[in-house]
Amino acid sequence: MILPLSYFLLTAALLFSIGLAMVIVKRNAIVVLMGVELMLNAANLNLVAFSRFDPSLTGQFFGLFVIIVAAAEVSVALAIVLQVFRHFNTVQIDEVQSMQEK
Amino acid sequence: MIAFVFLFFVVLTLASAVFVLVSRNVLYSAFGLMVTFLGMSALYVFAGADFLAITQIMVYVGGILVLLVFGVMLTRKKESKSTGLPSRILTEHRRTFWGVLVAGALFAVLSTVLSRARFQRVEAGHYEPIARKTTIHDLGTGLMTDYVFPFELAGILLLIALIGAAYLASTTNKTQG
Repeated sequence: MILPLSYFLLTAALLFSIGLAMVIVKRNAIVVLMGVELMLNAANLNLVAFSRFDPSLTGQFFGLFVIIVAAAEVSVALAIVLQVFRHFNTVQIDEVQSMQEK
Repeated sequence: MIAFVFLFFVVLTLASAVFVLVSRNVLYSAFGLMVTFLGMSALYVFAGADFLAITQIMVYVGGILVLLVFGVMLTRKKESKSTGLPSRILTEHRRTFWGVLVAGALFAVLSTVLSRARFQRVEAGHYEPIARKTTIHDLGTGLMTDYVFPFELAGILLLIALIGAAYLASTTNKTQG
């Protein structure tokens, strides 16, 4: 039995929307990062679902590199969040506004 | 039967993602995200990507999530320790209306596009889903032949990210050199 492609695509679309809602709604910078990871994962699911039909597995290679870039991104982003926490003593992203004009 | 198992994992993934969205406790969010990543790796298996599923578990659950939990631990406020309450790290919600509106609108657009899209070459049977026993052999051969340049570049990128993260997170005063 073959699962239809649209199941994967709809699941990925829902996950992407949930990740976007997390990025917009949450105030904690780490939870915003979790939302970004969820969006990357949802995009990856699309690539993998399409590569089922591809004899050369291009989608899966792309997904592999997406995972690598996500790992690099989250490590640098967490280092920046740590530095922001040391400087402002908060990770609530809308309290960090000293670059804003007073 | 396999459709029911697939549906179970879809529901598990989506439910835990919604839990991550609505939960105010950051650590609960992190553990919900773990269930989401495990469910995603199960979906990868259903899409025939066994190596990617294992990579997903190792990198996301074993690496990224642990890093995020470390980030939660290191960014605790000092005053929350002094109160007698159990120390919960909470996140507030803001702009809930706009968040739900934008995400809902995006999902409406995406689902409309997907329901109208006709992936003709897929549906007309030009491409059949290819039944493989495993993708590890093909992936390994590809990484060492066709994709060797991006593979090495990814190694350099990871090295740069490692050095950059260690430099950015270091506590020494950078103005003194």
